[in-house]
Amino acid sequence: MVEVKQVLKRYGGKTVIDRVSLSVPRRKLTSLIGPNGAGKSTLLSMMSRLIPKDGGEIWIEGKEIARYRTEELAKKISILKQSNHIAARLTVHELVSFGRFPYSRGRLTRQDRDYVREAIRYMELEPLQDRYMDELSGGQRQRAYIAMVLAQDTDYIFLDEPLNNLDMKHAVQMMEVLRKLVDELGKTIVMVMHDINFASCYSDYMVALKDGAVVCEGDVSSIMRDEVLRGIYDLDVRVQTIENRRICVYF
Amino acid sequence: MKKWMVLLVVLAAASLFVGVHDLSPRELFAGDREAWEVFLISRLPRLISILIAGSSVSICGLIMQQLSQNRFVSPTTAGTMDWARLGLLVSMIAFAAAGPLVKAAIAVVFAFAGTLLFMTVLDRVKYKDSIFIPLIGLMFGNIVGSVTTFLAYKYDLIQSMSAWMHGDFSVMMQGRYEMLYVSVPLMAIAYVYANRFTIAGMGEEMATNLGVRYRSIVYTGLLIVAVVSAVEVLTVGTLPFLGLIVPNIVTMYYGDHLRKVLPLTAIFGALFVLICDVFGRVAIYPYEIPIGLTVGVIGSGVFLYLLVRRTKQYV
Repeated sequence: MVEVKQVLKRYGGKTVIDRVSLSVPRRKLTSLIGPNGAGKSTLLSMMSRLIPKDGGEIWIEGKEIARYRTEELAKKISILKQSNHIAARLTVHELVSFGRFPYSRGRLTRQDRDYVREAIRYMELEPLQDRYMDELSGGQRQRAYIAMVLAQDTDYIFLDEPLNNLDMKHAVQMMEVLRKLVDELGKTIVMVMHDINFASCYSDYMVALKDGAVVCEGDVSSIMRDEVLRGIYDLDVRVQTIENRRICVYF
Repeated sequence: MKKWMVLLVVLAAASLFVGVHDLSPRELFAGDREAWEVFLISRLPRLISILIAGSSVSICGLIMQQLSQNRFVSPTTAGTMDWARLGLLVSMIAFAAAGPLVKAAIAVVFAFAGTLLFMTVLDRVKYKDSIFIPLIGLMFGNIVGSVTTFLAYKYDLIQSMSAWMHGDFSVMMQGRYEMLYVSVPLMAIAYVYANRFTIAGMGEEMATNLGVRYRSIVYTGLLIVAVVSAVEVLTVGTLPFLGLIVPNIVTMYYGDHLRKVLPLTAIFGALFVLICDVFGRVAIYPYEIPIGLTVGVIGSGVFLYLLVRRTKQYV
């Protein structure tokens, strides 16, 4: 269970996250949406202890985040930021193996190797596993990072704009994979999404942030409405139902 | 790796019998006293210092490149060596009577603080061009170097300073090189930390995600670098660009997984310095070209080559 209570973040004198409370539904795919500067990434970074919070509490499985040892937390949540691009020359297999570091501290057991192999298989990276990361395309690289997170085997997976830099085909593939992680493996995923329609088609739950506060949250049908989205984005949008999916038209 | 190790051992053994004074294995076996003296007082210390200095400085470069996520950062290009020299000079001025250990300790403090300062600047600089960073480091180093020179002139210490400028193994004799042994356990520690360094090289966020304390890993790495650099400057003198080219060549072929490439970097570093030194010994026999010059010339040549060939996918 991940519970955010009255969390606060200030940069200089400016409050970027203003007493946000949120409880993340388990075994669901949750999208954080909202305009630029709403504080989505900041919130996600605090929820994964990448940056400290200035107030409030974040409870993860019955323990406040600040009271966790960082090694211990690495077995419960994993986070991928949009800025993750690794300069080091590592092969896909080496990268994915580092996902086991929280467990093995570098000495891979047979069980660790099984996890790595399984993660690589699941992300269909077997033919690429001995290639260096810098030789891969953007979509393949993104898949390798997800495989690493899979090897990390955490119940909670936080992703900051996982579709960044992916073309339509790869974006769809990525979302299908994330869907499978939730439906087949029972993972809880929280991700920052920019494309409202991808969020609409693939998430179970949506949380809208604006000016550092949650303006509304609920399942897709309650968020994907004209008046709700207009309030979030200050834009004259229309939501149409096409093939049973709610699509937001904003042109 | 095995074949490189074999090559290193063979060359190392052969190097023991290269020098102005004629020495052959037969004399040693015959128990010739003079031969044994040359062997134990001069040849063996020289070989040991070459092996330790070559491997430890190369490993330092590898660690620095990993931590800074920049291929061009090394003890030379980040100013670490210059800070160590300034520290030594300050220790000579302020604590003239102190023993070499105290002097080395002061040099370590300077090298650590200076490198940390450089890394902090590197963190703040938004403009992350990989060439730009080492240029800042070299400039930094030169400023520190000019302060050192100024102080050295003022206190009439120029002569002792020039000994630290250019690496020279010909003076490595019994009683002068032993401090280098400090680097051996440090290399072992670096190997233990290898996976953590690789993770730190993936960036602070990724390291945190994997449950690694990024800051403490960076400090550990820089401390190793500072100690090795100070000890090297104090005993052998500077081996310019060594920490830059050896790790770059190794990682070009074997990748950045430190557990894998750290031993290789050590072997190649030792091999490279050994070859340079033997070349220096025989090129203008019976005179010697100092190792700092050989390594510097070859090293800067390779550095230039790396700059020119830096393609997007590699750097």
